[in-house]
Amino acid sequence: MAYMIKAEDCTGCGSCEFECPNRAVRMKGDIYVINPDKCTECVGKFDAPQCVAACPNDAVVHA
Amino acid sequence: MEQKVVSLESLGRTSAARSGPPACAIGDCGTPRKGGSAELPEHVREKIKEHPCYSEDAHHFFARIHVAVAPACNIQCNYCNRKYDCSNESRPGVVSERLSPEQAVRKVKAVAAAMPNLSVVGIAGPGDALADHRRTFETFRLLRETLPDLTLCLSTNGLALPDHIDDIRAAGVDHVTVTLNAVDPHVAEGIYAWIFWDHARRTGLEAARILIERQLQGIEMLTAAGVLVKINSVMIPGVNDGHLEAVNVAVKERGAFLHNVMPLISDPAHGTHYGLTGQRGPTPAELKTLQDRMGDGAKLMKHCRQCRADAVGLLGEDKSQQFGLDALPENPQIDPEKRAAYRAIVEKEREDRRKEAADARAAIRRFGPLEPMLVAVSSKGGGRVNQHFGHAREFQIFEVSEAGARFTGHRRVDRYCAGGEGEDDVLDATLMALDGVGAILTAKIGRCPRQRLADAGIAVVDDFAFDYVETAIARWLAARAAEEDTARIA
Ligand code: SF4
Ligand code: SF4
Repeated sequence: MAYMIKAEDCTGCGSCEFECPNRAVRMKGDIYVINPDKCTECVGKFDAPQCVAACPNDAVVHA
Repeated sequence: MEQKVVSLESLGRTSAARSGPPACAIGDCGTPRKGGSAELPEHVREKIKEHPCYSEDAHHFFARIHVAVAPACNIQCNYCNRKYDCSNESRPGVVSERLSPEQAVRKVKAVAAAMPNLSVVGIAGPGDALADHRRTFETFRLLRETLPDLTLCLSTNGLALPDHIDDIRAAGVDHVTVTLNAVDPHVAEGIYAWIFWDHARRTGLEAARILIERQLQGIEMLTAAGVLVKINSVMIPGVNDGHLEAVNVAVKERGAFLHNVMPLISDPAHGTHYGLTGQRGPTPAELKTLQDRMGDGAKLMKHCRQCRADAVGLLGEDKSQQFGLDALPENPQIDPEKRAAYRAIVEKEREDRRKEAADARAAIRRFGPLEPMLVAVSSKGGGRVNQHFGHAREFQIFEVSEAGARFTGHRRVDRYCAGGEGEDDVLDATLMALDGVGAILTAKIGRCPRQRLADAGIAVVDDFAFDYVETAIARWLAARAAEEDTARIA
């Protein structure tokens, strides 16, 4: 159960990292990656996965 | 490195032709012009006198740096696409380099060491300064510690603004720019694709309503807290152009200090929604008509250059390329004496200019044309006619009539002179950019462009090089009137 970031669409803006309630997103080089062990898909916290809703480039997809 | 501050030499010089005051100064009663800074309360004048974006006068002398520490954004505007980052571009939302707060401070120190006229550090993106606010306020905190004499400012879309008034005050930020394109949700709906607010992406009217409510609330809270607020509005023909007067009224009511209407920059190559759907930007004439309709000089800013989020230098120039992270010196030394010396010279310049201005104004009123005419000026700073035609990347446009000379904005052009050669196709574009202009005042101009401009019906004037702009206009009008008299007698 996790989301992932498509490297080719990520501009490294960090909106996902800022919004993630579980600190599952971290910077790696110029872009961001999601740690599948920490990602809960925001279930129980928010209606929508925060990283997906915040990303301006539709770079976050279901793993 | 090219000259980075208005050179002291260029400030001191005057045209060789000077002989006495521009014309007999009749009947200047000394009343401050309506809308001039004389109307501002003392504490506000003190705050803005070194801020190039808030004071038309300061922008001739003082430089700013934007540090691109805020890439995250919480809304999607139809005129923005942060995916493409091209170093040839000059528009808000674009940067070539992203900085951590620590890197930002290093860069500011290097620029302050190289430019004694640096007075302002702003955070304006490339996303929204208050989206990932941690980075923004950490940067301000570090800057306050290391360079306490710099003025701090930030730009925001306003969505998160009401949540951060205390942070803004605690950081010592006393200038905030809010981009506000509409106060009617039905208009705003066409400008924003979505907002991310309260943990959800919202679209359409709902998004527009929330955004406007938050923006106006934030503006009210800022002005109540004594922070100077400038409003930026992007003029989008057919979308909000007819609505911006209402925006102007709304922000004045809430105590905004300045309102800056800027033209939409739209090009399919930018990949923005507007670019891709063929939404055009306004022509210079449309922009000016709207600004004229909105009237009221004190509240309308016309010298904005729509800087990139990493711009460095005087407004209208951008030295960001020279201050890339790799190029920064290890331990830049800031010389407080140089900074103080520069400020002293600027004070003197301003005093001189004020002294000349009264005479110049009287002459313009006496010799100015009945019908307003547009005069273009090439200047590289200091409020003087001190740039060669071929070096100009922009012209200042003044509307000159019996009523006086009124600065109305800038027109951008490409540099005509490249490596000693004039470029003909550039000249064609320049002539188009100068549409409607009746005369051009410049420090120097080559034979060929002079002829082309004259053929296009533009009077070319280079007799008043290095004069203050108002003085140059006054002297040119007086000379023109004298010539006409001679012609009449003969
Ligand atoms: S889905 Fe939620 S928990 Fe997972 S990475 Fe995105 S924001 Fe974090
Ligand atoms: S929000 Fe999207 S573009 Fe921005 S860093 Fe995250 S995945 Fe990349």
